[in-house]
Amino acid sequence: MSKLTMTRRGLLKAGAASGVALAAPLSFVRGAHAESFCNMPTGSTVTLGFNVPQSGPYADEGADELRAYQLAVKHLNGEGDGGLLNTFSSKALKGNGILGKKVEFVTGDTQTKSDAARASAKRMIEKDGAIMITGGSSSGVAVAVQGLCQEMGVIFMAGLTHSNDTTGKDKKRFGFRHFFNAYQSGLALGPILADQLGTDRTAYHLTADYNWGWTQEESIKNTTEGLGWQTANAVRTPLGAGDFSQYLTPVLNSGADVLVLNHYGKDMVNSLTQAVQFGMREKQVNGKDFQIVVPLFSRLMAQGAGENIKGILGTTNWNWSLQDEGSQAFVKSFGQEYGFPPSQAAQTCYVQALLYADACERAGSFEPPAVIEALEGFEFDGMGNGSTLYRAADHQCFKEVLVVKGNEAPSSQFDLLEVVKIVPRDQVTYDASIFGGDLGPSDVRKC
Amino acid sequence: MDAILLQFLNGLDKGGAYALIALGLTLVFGTLGVVNFAHGALFMLGAFCAVTFNKLLSLEKVVAHPTEKTAWGTPVEIRTPYVEAWLGDFGAFLVNYSVPFSIIVAIPVMLVIGIVMERGLIKHFYKRPHADQILVTFGLAIVLQEIIKHYFGANPIPQAAPAVVAGSADIGAWLGLGDGLVYPWWRLVYFGFAAAVIAAVFAFLQFTTYGMVVRAGMRDSETVGLLGINIQKRFTVVFGIAAVVAGLAGVMYTPILPPDYHMGMDFLVLSFVVVVVGGMGSLPGAVLAGFLLGILQSFASMNAVMSIFPGINQIIIYLVAVVILLTMPRGLLGREGVMEE
Repeated sequence: MSKLTMTRRGLLKAGAASGVALAAPLSFVRGAHAESFCNMPTGSTVTLGFNVPQSGPYADEGADELRAYQLAVKHLNGEGDGGLLNTFSSKALKGNGILGKKVEFVTGDTQTKSDAARASAKRMIEKDGAIMITGGSSSGVAVAVQGLCQEMGVIFMAGLTHSNDTTGKDKKRFGFRHFFNAYQSGLALGPILADQLGTDRTAYHLTADYNWGWTQEESIKNTTEGLGWQTANAVRTPLGAGDFSQYLTPVLNSGADVLVLNHYGKDMVNSLTQAVQFGMREKQVNGKDFQIVVPLFSRLMAQGAGENIKGILGTTNWNWSLQDEGSQAFVKSFGQEYGFPPSQAAQTCYVQALLYADACERAGSFEPPAVIEALEGFEFDGMGNGSTLYRAADHQCFKEVLVVKGNEAPSSQFDLLEVVKIVPRDQVTYDASIFGGDLGPSDVRKC
Repeated sequence: MDAILLQFLNGLDKGGAYALIALGLTLVFGTLGVVNFAHGALFMLGAFCAVTFNKLLSLEKVVAHPTEKTAWGTPVEIRTPYVEAWLGDFGAFLVNYSVPFSIIVAIPVMLVIGIVMERGLIKHFYKRPHADQILVTFGLAIVLQEIIKHYFGANPIPQAAPAVVAGSADIGAWLGLGDGLVYPWWRLVYFGFAAAVIAAVFAFLQFTTYGMVVRAGMRDSETVGLLGINIQKRFTVVFGIAAVVAGLAGVMYTPILPPDYHMGMDFLVLSFVVVVVGGMGSLPGAVLAGFLLGILQSFASMNAVMSIFPGINQIIIYLVAVVILLTMPRGLLGREGVMEE
């Protein structure tokens, strides 16, 4: 029978070995326990994911969005002039990152395609550790990425998306939209159309054949028919059709005296240019001057359409000519950084980045349910559109909407849109239940 | 009646663009046997010749305003176009006519691009399968469009037609059909231009000795080579001419469709369908099919047609292609033996 002997040295060795053996798995277990939600920041930095169109038809807008995000990161980290941190009514942000962690970012290219946008968002979440995804310049992309973020438990702060569906039937608990929507465009534009074009008109719609176009057509049709207008026809056109002449010629013989272009970006530039070439600005129908309306306008599009936009009515989320303190601060900050004024896409993206950071500060946590709670029903000011509410019921922002007109006498190459009316927030507020949809849960999830 | 006439004119315009692009494609295919997927990119490069020329003419002297500031605090810039400052009214005239004047720039530029493309890349793929040619030329098209996007951005850049033809022609009054029937002047100009270029290419091939040799080479390049003629050199020039035709189609199309980096791809697939429907290697076939498909596509977009067959305008070209190829496998005017080995 062997005799078990234990020397002092042996006891020390065995003790050390056991300690290491027991501690090793604990360190893994501790790490696993530490990440209680997807991409919880554990170091001294926090990573945001900027998913913008860097190629495709909206690439110029994407480039402007990215500039705005980079400026936001700079301001969040206490660099530059602070931008809207100085005018924002919430004073939670101190210019020391978010919750004391320095802000870093990764970028993805949506290509203005839903599948590519989802893939790049997924990559930023899974490989780059992005705790929040923001950006995009298409409602198709916004709806797709928002769905992904809901599945993965990551907050999505939508960029430029104007479809009613984003915060309507496709709304999600993890998705938030600062930009206005087609329904609000209709509410804002209606009274101006009645005032300037009268209540006895016949409209012909040309509509981009996808999610955003459909909801805008529906909203504007409801608005104009509510004014007493007739609808001669509503024709769907393929995205990126290029030459719209074959769709424009039937307008000339339809009896319509207003052409509503539910087009955006390159499509709007082309269809508007060609409509003007077909003499629609000089045409008289039913004893009235023929009119063109572009319900969703942007300065970048106006640059593309050149002279043709003069006098044409539409709506926009924000314009750099606004004189409030927040808008001026942003224009100054962006203009000094890049040498030209920001677009509405840049403004909405910048504001979304700041709103997310502010919500984390106010919640005192990066944990999504806490951040969601901080954003839901949050009321703020000083960001450029007056007093704004992030409605809890659908995560849609309610704020002033601008009715604009192509500037007849621009004072500079950027002075392309003239603000006809700033429509107050209460006039563009609607019942959240009209679009249906369900926000879903805000459960904590690991990715 | 008005609607039919307008759609017919639209079809002629679109058909003119299809025919010009398809003509170049057929020239290259008929002479070099190369399926050139970069041909749409040549159309796009032509359009950007017009953009560049216009930008050069519009270059401005920028001086900081002594007192006025922008909204972001920098001095307001005072911009004066050099051309107008130097040449006065003649400078303004040059800017106004920048699109038609771009033709003068585009011809040598596109010729050089075409020859460099053929000598530098395409010639290495003569003996390779068509699939290889398609891959390499498609890759080249992507590279070219990415270069354009890098320098000019992704947004369309509108180009104005000369003021004298910027408005609409009152064709209703011309034809005694009433006042309301108007059609953009520039589109009429484009149709006339397309017809003139097509006629010039045919005249060159039909009535010049150079063209005659090229046509002989298209039939049997080996025999022409045995006669001591450097047919390869002539084919290189033909490639250059095809590039010029595509480029000119692009230049003149800019007031109709503001050019962007993707415009070549938008036309390319349709132009290949035009070439196949017309008959591979047949120049008259390409022109005939270009106009035919352009007009059919235009009529398919009429409300009366769309209300019966929704979406027909987007598939009509492919439907017609299927029907023609089922009944006439060589296309409308295809020759025996081409792509049939």
